[in-house]
Amino acid sequence: MKILVPVKRVVDYNVKVRVKPDQSGVDLANVKMSMNPFDEIAVEEAVKLKEAGTAEEVVVVSIGPEKAQDQIRQGLAMGADRGILITSDEDVESLGVAKILKAICEEEKPDIVLLGKQAIDDDRNQTGQMLAALMGWSQGTFASKLVKEGDKLHVTREVDGGLQTVALSLPAVVTTDLRLNEPRYASLPNIMKAKKKPLDKKAVGDMGVDVSPRLKTLKVTEPPKREAGIKVESVEELVDKLKNEAGVL
Amino acid sequence: MTALVIAEHDNETLSDATAKTVAAASEMGGDVHVLVAGSGAGAVAEAAAKIGGVAKVLHADGEAYAKQLAEPMAALIVSLADGYDALLAPAGTDGKNYMPRVAALLDVMQISAITGVESADTFVRPIYAGNAVSTVQSSDAKKVITVQPTAFDAPAGEGSASVEQVGDGVDAPSVSEFVGEELTESERPDLSSAKIVISGGRALQSGENFETLIYPIADKIGAAVGASRAAVDAGYVPNDYQVGQTGKVVAPELYIAVGISGAIQHLAGMKDSKVIVAINKDEEAPIFSVADYGLVADLYDALPKLKDAL
Repeated sequence: MKILVPVKRVVDYNVKVRVKPDQSGVDLANVKMSMNPFDEIAVEEAVKLKEAGTAEEVVVVSIGPEKAQDQIRQGLAMGADRGILITSDEDVESLGVAKILKAICEEEKPDIVLLGKQAIDDDRNQTGQMLAALMGWSQGTFASKLVKEGDKLHVTREVDGGLQTVALSLPAVVTTDLRLNEPRYASLPNIMKAKKKPLDKKAVGDMGVDVSPRLKTLKVTEPPKREAGIKVESVEELVDKLKNEAGVL
Repeated sequence: MTALVIAEHDNETLSDATAKTVAAASEMGGDVHVLVAGSGAGAVAEAAAKIGGVAKVLHADGEAYAKQLAEPMAALIVSLADGYDALLAPAGTDGKNYMPRVAALLDVMQISAITGVESADTFVRPIYAGNAVSTVQSSDAKKVITVQPTAFDAPAGEGSASVEQVGDGVDAPSVSEFVGEELTESERPDLSSAKIVISGGRALQSGENFETLIYPIADKIGAAVGASRAAVDAGYVPNDYQVGQTGKVVAPELYIAVGISGAIQHLAGMKDSKVIVAINKDEEAPIFSVADYGLVADLYDALPKLKDAL
């Protein structure tokens, strides 16, 4: 079995981004970048499936700037076998990313595409579902557990009411949720080894896919500020304020 | 223009989020129809017909829609899409699952979890865990949208829409099947729509402490129980209790955060609450910067007192 893991280079989850004064976007100059945390969980799960003998090969792919190789190398250091980087200087929207991934799937023919449920920069939560649609494949979103049962993949999903398990015919797209696993740290020897693993590079323009954007960002602004309130001294004072000042009890 | 709102339901009850999504659709101008796809969900279709401002309800009845699986839901919605300029669903786990599939099948870029409607093609949505707000204009002929229900008020008044049966002859793809579910049983109000929410964090230290310290207060004031990611990861409470950027977004009248430091990812899920109370023993905790009322105290001392004082 072959697993394809798309990963995205995003602003590190610890960074509190700032909106640019001209409202054109957020300031990404000199900001720490990382692999999208949900994608890290996807890499971990793919590598685990390989270690368990369920998968033979794990391929990491990223669509983004030249520097997204850092994130692919991280995936390789975690245990993936090889990488594919599709370079693009412009941001590619989820639909465009899904179309590029479709082209890659047609060439690589993976059994499972495993990726994060959402990127923590644009918070859109859609690329995996879109890829599944374009391929006509089944989808298991927000996964907290994956089990191969015969020729089906059982995916336990984190849903609003609790957990739901679905059986998917392969090939399938699975998107990860937080409880699926805890990603490993790559060891130094593995980081060194990852530098020698194969990484193919292609420009987005060579993919033969229309990725022209459908959405235009008119402005990016600061969210409304919430003023800090007051400190109360005791539980009694708190209850009194909630009853008589805020009127919410 | 005409918009189709996909109802969120469990075949028995229509979610509050559906009416709020109708409100968002109405702000785009034009007629609003609602699709109820389910199995034996006739009562849900009747309830949808009563939402203010709804002109028509489409009801698709079939076993394939019983669990809202993405593959059959998307096939159905796409089969109905021709007559509509916009397709909207609440940004719950059902809508988030099938709407991007619908969007890709229609070659449309979805606009996710909107919090505002500027016009029929321009929308407001948070990015970077709510640290920035973007206004985006879509050039797609048809709009596919998920709606953050807490950002909209349900329409006023009661509607009396007609209910029409649809969906005959739509082939449901057979690539996925429902195996089972473990739903969290609770007598307490639904977290997403509760008027009061009390949430616990890592400082609760165990599921037992949630049971002995948080739940009795929740039951006394009719609150739903939420949690930080740390408390869910540690297994103190089920996954569906998580409030935050990638969990549930809530905006109750009163949000009580107990032993939660206030990481930006958590704040993204609750900072639109009307009144926020923080109880934390670390007076430097970031949660205090968004709290209307802060109490610097050890929760093991404060919570029993709070229960008695209520």
